[in-house]
Amino acid sequence: MATITFITPDEETVVVRDAEGTLMSVGVANNVKGIDGDCGGVCSCATCHVQVDPAWMDKVGAASENEMGLLELEDEVSEFSRLGCQVRITSELDGLVVRVVGR
Amino acid sequence: MSEHSVIVGAGHGAAQLCASLRSEGWSGPITLIGEEPVLPYHRPPLSKTNLNPSGEHAPPLIRPDSFYVSKEITVLTNARVDAIDRARKLVRVGARDIAYDKLALCLGSVHIQPPIEGIDGARVFHLRTEAECTAIRSRVRPGARAVIIGGGFIGLEVAASLRRLGLEITVLERAPRVLSRVTSPEMSAFFEQLHRQEGVRLFCDTLVERITENGDVLEVWSKGSSESHKADFVVLGAGAAPNDALARSCGLDVDSGIVVNEYNQTSDPDIYALGDCCTQFRPLYQRRIRLESVQNALDQAKTVAASLNGKNTPHDAVPWFWSDQYEVKLQMVGLSDGFNRMVVRGSPEASQSFSLWYFRDGKLIAVDAVNDSAAYACAMKCMKTGLSPDPGHVGDEQMPIKEILRLTQENQHA
Repeated sequence: MATITFITPDEETVVVRDAEGTLMSVGVANNVKGIDGDCGGVCSCATCHVQVDPAWMDKVGAASENEMGLLELEDEVSEFSRLGCQVRITSELDGLVVRVVGR
Repeated sequence: MSEHSVIVGAGHGAAQLCASLRSEGWSGPITLIGEEPVLPYHRPPLSKTNLNPSGEHAPPLIRPDSFYVSKEITVLTNARVDAIDRARKLVRVGARDIAYDKLALCLGSVHIQPPIEGIDGARVFHLRTEAECTAIRSRVRPGARAVIIGGGFIGLEVAASLRRLGLEITVLERAPRVLSRVTSPEMSAFFEQLHRQEGVRLFCDTLVERITENGDVLEVWSKGSSESHKADFVVLGAGAAPNDALARSCGLDVDSGIVVNEYNQTSDPDIYALGDCCTQFRPLYQRRIRLESVQNALDQAKTVAASLNGKNTPHDAVPWFWSDQYEVKLQMVGLSDGFNRMVVRGSPEASQSFSLWYFRDGKLIAVDAVNDSAAYACAMKCMKTGLSPDPGHVGDEQMPIKEILRLTQENQHA
C-alpha cells in the first residue's frame, strides 16, 4: 500500500491513497487519463506508458528487455520510461510521482 | 431530454463503451445488461493464469465497481435480453421491458460445437467465461490427462498452461497445422515444435468423431484410428461463431456477423454493434472482416462512443493480437492473409526471438513477432502510417529495428 501521484498529459494531478496492485491497475481504477491498460497488464500493448520521477528510479527499477522493446520507439521515451503494468506497488514506493505519457 | 443508451453484453467492448461514452460527453442514462453474475472482466487470463489452482482464481475486473457508480451507469447482471422490439425501441429482459434511445450490441461470439458424438458429456469443457474456467480448474492436478480438441489460440494457450501445471496433454487439430486460420505455415511450425518440446502430444489432420466413457476415463476417438486418446477431461477449442441470433431475430442485416458500417452502425440507425459479433468492411483489406480480439472490441467501442456523441469518425484501427504460451510471447499486427512475400528476421530454429514480416505487392500487411516486442512496435508504427520498410532491411538482423524505422520514415519524406 502506498500513496501514488499521477500527473496526466493535461497537467491534472491525481493522488491515490492506499494504492495496491500495479501502476496500471491503480491508474485504470481511478480513471487516470492516458492509462488505458488495454491488454490487461501483460506487457503487450504499451497503453500505460509513464515517466517515473528521476528521484524514484532506483526504487522503481529499469524496464525489462521486452518492456523496453515496446517503449523504445515511442516519441517520448526516456531512461525514466516504464509501462505501468510492469511496476508493482509496494510500501517502498510510498510517495511515488509519475507523469502519464498517454497517446 | 436526455437519451438512454442501452448496452447489451458485458465483455471488453461493453466496458470500454461505458467509459468512452462518458468521456466523450454522453450525459443521459446508461444501462449495461450482462448475462454473467459479475462486472465485465478480463477474459485473456482465463486460458492462462486463472487456470492455476494456487494462483488468482477470479480474473481482474476491467473497471472496479466504483467506476460504474461514479459514472452513473446502471449494471444489470444475470440478465439476458431475449428480444428487441425495434418499432417500440424496447429490449425484453425476462418479464421486463427496457426502453432505449440508442442500443449497442456487444454480444461477442459463441463456441462452435463440432459434430462429435458424446460432446455434451459432463467432463467436456468450453472456455469462454469465468464459470467455465472454474470448472476446468477444479480438474487440474499434476498427472491428470487432458485432451484438447482444436489447435487455435485458446487450445494452445490451455495446453501450455495445463502442461506447466504438470498435466499430460494431447492436442488434436483437424487442419494440417495449428493456428492455420491466423498465421503462416512457418509460424505454425514454430508453435508445433514448441509444444512438442514441452512434452505435449500434438496431432494435426485429426478429426475427432466421438467421445466415450469407460468408467472414470474418457476416450477420444478420431477418424480412421483404432486407438483412442485417454483423458480425465476434454477441453474444446474448436473456434467461435458470431453471437448474432438476437440481431437476426429482430430483422437486422446479418451475414456471418451483424453487418455494420464504418461507424459500427447496423441497418437500424439507432442500433450499433461492436466486437466479435459484428462484421465490417475494412478499406485496408478491401473486404468485410469479423475479428475476435480484445483490441478490435476496444477500438470499435471508441468508434461507437464518438458516433453517439455526434463525432462520426470511421473505424480504421490496425488489428493487433497477442498470445502468451510457456515463456513465448507472440505479438501480431495486421492480417497476414493474402501475403505474397514473407521475410524472416532472426532464426526460429536457433532462438526463441524472431519475427515474420508479410508483404503483398511490396506493401507491409502484417508482422508476427515472437519474443521481439521491438519488431512488433516498429511494425505497428509502420502500419499505422501506411509505410512499408525495405524487405532487405527487415531481413538483415544486424540492422537495428530503430534504424529500420528511421530509414522507412526518411524514405517516405524523401
